[in-house]
Amino acid sequence: MVPRFASVLDIARDIREGATSATRVLEEHLSRIDAREGEIHAFNLVTRDEALASAACIDADIAAGKPVGPLAGVPIALKDNMCTRGVPTTCSSKILEGWKPPYNATVVTKLHDAGAIVVGKTNLDEFAMGSSTENSAFGPTRNPLDTSRVPGGSSGGSAAAVAAGFAAASLGSDTGGSIRQPAALCGLVGVKPTYGLVSRQGLIAFASSLDQIGPFTHTVADAALLMEVIGGHDPLDSTSLPNAAPQLGVVLDRGVEGLRIGRVVDMPSGSEPEVLARLEAAFAALEAAGATVVDVRLPSLEYGLTAYYLVAPAEASSNLARYDGVRYGMRVDAPDLNAMYAATRSAGFGAEVKRRIMLGTYALSAGYYDAYYGKALKVRRLIADDFAAAYGSCDVVLTPTSPTVAFPFGDKTADPLAMYLCDVFTIPTNLAGHAAMSVPFGTGAHGLPVGVQVLAPALGEETMFRVAAALERAS
Amino acid sequence: MSNASTAPSNASTLPDGWEMVIGLEVHVELHTATKLFSASPNRFGDAPNTNIDPVTLGLPGALPVLNRKAVELAIRLGLALNCRVQASTFHRKNYFYPDLPKAYQISQYDQPLNIDGYLMLPGDVRIGIERAHLEEDTGKSTHFGGSSGRIHGSDYSLVDFNRAGVPLVEIVSRPDIRNSDQARQYVNELRSILLAVGASDAKMEEGSMRVDVNVSVRRPGEPLGTRCEIKNVNSVRGVGRAIDYEARRQVDLIESGGVVRQETRHWDDAEGRTHTLRSKEDADDYRYFLEPDLVLLDPDTEWVEAIRASLPPLPAARRAGLATLTGADKESEAVYVVVERGQDVYVATVAAAGGEPSRTLVYVQQAFAEESSTPRVPAADLAALTILERDSKVTATQAKTILAELVANGGGDAAAIAAAKGFEALDTSAVEAMVDAAIAAQSDAWAKYCAGEEKAAGALVGAVMKASQGKADGKVVTAVLQARRAAG
Amino acid sequence: MTEPVRDTDSRADRVLDDAVVAKVARLARLTLTPDELTVMTEQLSGMLEHFRDIDKLDLSAVAPMAQPLPLKNVMRDDVVQPGLDRDEVLAVAPAAEDQRFRVPPTIGFVE
Repeated sequence: MVPRFASVLDIARDIREGATSATRVLEEHLSRIDAREGEIHAFNLVTRDEALASAACIDADIAAGKPVGPLAGVPIALKDNMCTRGVPTTCSSKILEGWKPPYNATVVTKLHDAGAIVVGKTNLDEFAMGSSTENSAFGPTRNPLDTSRVPGGSSGGSAAAVAAGFAAASLGSDTGGSIRQPAALCGLVGVKPTYGLVSRQGLIAFASSLDQIGPFTHTVADAALLMEVIGGHDPLDSTSLPNAAPQLGVVLDRGVEGLRIGRVVDMPSGSEPEVLARLEAAFAALEAAGATVVDVRLPSLEYGLTAYYLVAPAEASSNLARYDGVRYGMRVDAPDLNAMYAATRSAGFGAEVKRRIMLGTYALSAGYYDAYYGKALKVRRLIADDFAAAYGSCDVVLTPTSPTVAFPFGDKTADPLAMYLCDVFTIPTNLAGHAAMSVPFGTGAHGLPVGVQVLAPALGEETMFRVAAALERAS
Repeated sequence: MSNASTAPSNASTLPDGWEMVIGLEVHVELHTATKLFSASPNRFGDAPNTNIDPVTLGLPGALPVLNRKAVELAIRLGLALNCRVQASTFHRKNYFYPDLPKAYQISQYDQPLNIDGYLMLPGDVRIGIERAHLEEDTGKSTHFGGSSGRIHGSDYSLVDFNRAGVPLVEIVSRPDIRNSDQARQYVNELRSILLAVGASDAKMEEGSMRVDVNVSVRRPGEPLGTRCEIKNVNSVRGVGRAIDYEARRQVDLIESGGVVRQETRHWDDAEGRTHTLRSKEDADDYRYFLEPDLVLLDPDTEWVEAIRASLPPLPAARRAGLATLTGADKESEAVYVVVERGQDVYVATVAAAGGEPSRTLVYVQQAFAEESSTPRVPAADLAALTILERDSKVTATQAKTILAELVANGGGDAAAIAAAKGFEALDTSAVEAMVDAAIAAQSDAWAKYCAGEEKAAGALVGAVMKASQGKADGKVVTAVLQARRAAG
Repeated sequence: MTEPVRDTDSRADRVLDDAVVAKVARLARLTLTPDELTVMTEQLSGMLEHFRDIDKLDLSAVAPMAQPLPLKNVMRDDVVQPGLDRDEVLAVAPAAEDQRFRVPPTIGFVE
C-alpha cells in the first residue's frame, strides 16, 4: 500500500521544536526525488536551489528565535498552472514553454508567508484538460504505486509528488475532479474547496466558473492546515468569497454522531465492484460511529457530464484565446496576423486542448448558443437545485470519487468520451460550486487505492472535514 | 462651436421623397485615476507601455476587479441623460486583434447599467438614448510600411497597451436623428453634459470621445432601410459631412437600382467620402457569454440617489434659467455661448448686484470670450455700467468702449470712465431737436423713408450722429424717426 | 431579467459537417489539415451525439446558472498601484520594437 511519509503537521512541529531542520527535511525529500523522479516524472521543474535557499532562511530564522509560519520548512509542490514569479510556469503546454510569470499567484504568496518550501512545479494534463496526465506536452506522469498506471489527472504530477514522498503536500486545481480523482488513484486526501473560498488570482484559468485550487495530503489533518493557509478573501479575485479561511483543525475530533449521510440511490452506474464495496464499507463505518444514512435522489446528476463538457470548454475557448503569440509565450512567425495566430496556436496546443477549444467555440457560436451552452447552463441550475433539495435531508453525501482504480496507460485515450467518464462523480460539485474531498478508504482491484468522496454544500467544509476525519479513523 | 440654432433643424440634404435615419454610438473615456479592471494609471500621452499590469496585458492568471469610481461616473452620466439605472452584468465579446490583450473585451450586453434615457436638442427635439454601458478600451495599434500608413499593404504593426483597459461608456442613441445638423447638435450637447457632470473631458481630437454613425435612408412612412456604420469620424464637423455624404450615397445607390449592403464603412475626411471596410475573413461571431470573473453590479438606491443629488445643474437647465433671467430665447446664440463658457452664474451675480439682466447678457457674450467662468470684472462694476446704459446716460456705443476698458483692467468705475472720456448721452428732447433738424436738411431722404424705404434712415441717422459728435444713442435716434413717421 | 434575443433553438440546422467545423476552426484561429479536420468532425459529432441526452429535459422554466456565487457589487478604490516594468515585459515578448509589441500586418481591409 501507500508507504507512509511524514505528515505536514509532524514535519512542521519537528522543525519548530528543533528536532530537525528545514534543510535536513528538504534533503530527505530531494533524495527521494533523485531516486525516483526519473521514473515517475511528477515534475516539470524541480526548484532545487531556490528550495535549499529558502530552507536555509527558515533555519536561520528559527535559530535566531524569530517567529515562523505554520508551514515553516515544509516541502510543498505546486501544479504548474499556478504562477510563480520568475520561475517557468507552463501548464504543461508548448505554448507557454519557458514563460516566467512576473508575479505570484495569491496562494503562492500565502504559502511563502507561511514558510513553506516550494520544491517544484508539477506536471499536469495540458491546461488542466484531462483525467490521466497523459495529455501533457512534456510526457506523462506515472503512478508511484504502480508505474504502469496513470496517477489520474489533471493534477497527476501533484498527486504523484506527494504519493512518492517528493513533497509533504502539494497544491492542485480542480475544475471537474482534477484534484479529487488523482487523490483517489494515488491513495491521498484531495480537497476541492467551496467555489470562491480559495483565490484564483494567478491560477491560469481553464474554466473560470468551475476552477478551484486545493491541497493533496496524506492526512485529513494536513489538508485542514493547508486549507487554513491558502483560503480566505482576496481583493484581487472578484469571485472570492468575503469569508476568512475556515478553521478546520479544531473540528476533526468532533465525530459524526447525529450527522445524516446521504446515499445517492440513482447514482450513475459503471463503477468497479470493488469501488462500490468500499463505498458500502464507508457507509457502514460512519453508521457505526453514530451517523445515520439516508437515501437521497439526484435525478439530474446523470446529465452532469453533458453540462460540464459544454460549459467548461466554452469558458476555456475564451480563456485560451489570449495565447496568440503577441505578448508572451510561443510564436510561430507568418506573413500576416491571422496566419501567425493560427500557426502559433496549432503548433502550441495539443490535441485534447484543440478539441475542447473547438467544442467550446462551437457551443457559443451564433446559431448554436441556445441549443448547447444555453441549455447546459440550465442543466447546471437543475443539478444545483437537486443538491439543495438533497441537503434538506442530509448533511453530506457520499459517492465513489472515481468509478475505477488507477488504470493502465493508453486504456482510455482512444475515445475522448471514455476519459470524460472518469469524472462522472466529481463534475457535479464543480457545477454547483460546492465543496468535496476524496479520502482514501482501503483498496480495490489489484490492491490499488480506492477513494471515497464526501460532498458538502457550499461553505460546508466543517461538516465535510468531520466526516472525512471519521472515515480516516475507520480506514 | 455651439448649438445655437443657426439653421432650421429640419433641413436635409437629400432629394425630395427621402428621409435619412441616423443613430449615433458615442464612446467616452471616463475621467478616473485608474483603469476599469486594474489599478494602472488612466492617462493620455504617456510613453508607450508604461501603464501596464498583468490584467492590462492579459497575462495568464490575471483577474479583473471593477473600479468603483468608473461605476459612479457611469451612473452620473446615465442620470444626466435621464436614464434608468438598473442591476447589470458584464459579458465577454470574443474576437482576435492585437490591441485586444485577452482576445476578448469585457463589456455589457443584454443587461446594461443605464437604459431608456433621452437628450433634448434645440427646437424641443427629443433624441432617445437606448443605453449607456460600461466597457473596457483596447490598446492602440499603429501600422507601418504601407505607403499611405493605412492598414492595407503595411508591413507590420506596433502595439501600445497604455489605453487597454481604460474605462469607457458607450452611449447608444435611438435612431431618432433626422439630419446632419441634429447629429452635430447631439454631439455638442452630449459633450456639454459630460463636461458638466465631470464624467469625461470628451475631446474628439484626443480620442476621449469617439463617434460612430449609423446611417440609413427610406421614403417617409416606410420601414427602416438597411443601415451602414461609419467609423473614423474624428470631429463634430466630420459627423455632419459623413452623414450627408453617406445618406446621399445610399439614395443614389437605391435610385440607380442598387441595394444598400449592411456593412461598416470608413470615413475619409480628406477625400470627403466613405469606403468599404471589407475583410477577407468571415464576419466575426462574438460569442457573447456572461463574464465568469465578475459578479452582478447592482447599485443600491441610496447610492444612486446620492449621486443624483450631487449632480450639478445641467446645460439645458442652465440655459433655461439664463433665458428666464434675461428674457432672451433659450436657444439663442447668446444663451448657448454664455452657458458653454460657464458664465451664466456670473450673469446672475451681476443681476443680483442690481445690473440690468438683458444688457448684462449682451456684454458678457460680446466681451468675455477670453474670460473664465469666474470673470475678473467685479459684478457691481458691470452692474453699474448696465444701469448707465439703461438710464441713457451713455449710448450703446459708448457703453461698449467703457466695457472694453473694464475687461482690460479687470474692473473699474464706469461713471468715472464715462466722465473722463466726455461720454454723455444726449437726453431725448435734445435728440428730438437734432432729428427735426436732420429731417429739414435732408428732405429727399425723409420723403423716401416716409414712403417705406427703411434704408433711407441711414442718411438721417448719420447726420444726427455727426451733429451730436457721437453723443446721441443710435437706438434713440431711430426710435424718434419712426415715431415722427408714424405721426405723419 | 430578460434573456438576450439570440438565435432560436433549431434542431434542423445542427448538422456538424466538415464545413461547419472548418468555420469553427477559423473562428478559433486553429489550422486543421484535411485529415485532422475529418477526425475532429468525427470526434465532435460523437460527443455532440452523446450530449443530446439533455434534449429530453424540459428546461423552459429553468433559469440559467452561469456562476455559483451569490456575490454582487465587488469593487475596488480608484487608486493607482504599481504595475509591471515595460523593459522586463518587452524583453520576453515574442517580438518588440520601439517600446511596443510588434506583430505581422493585418491583411484583409480592401477598398
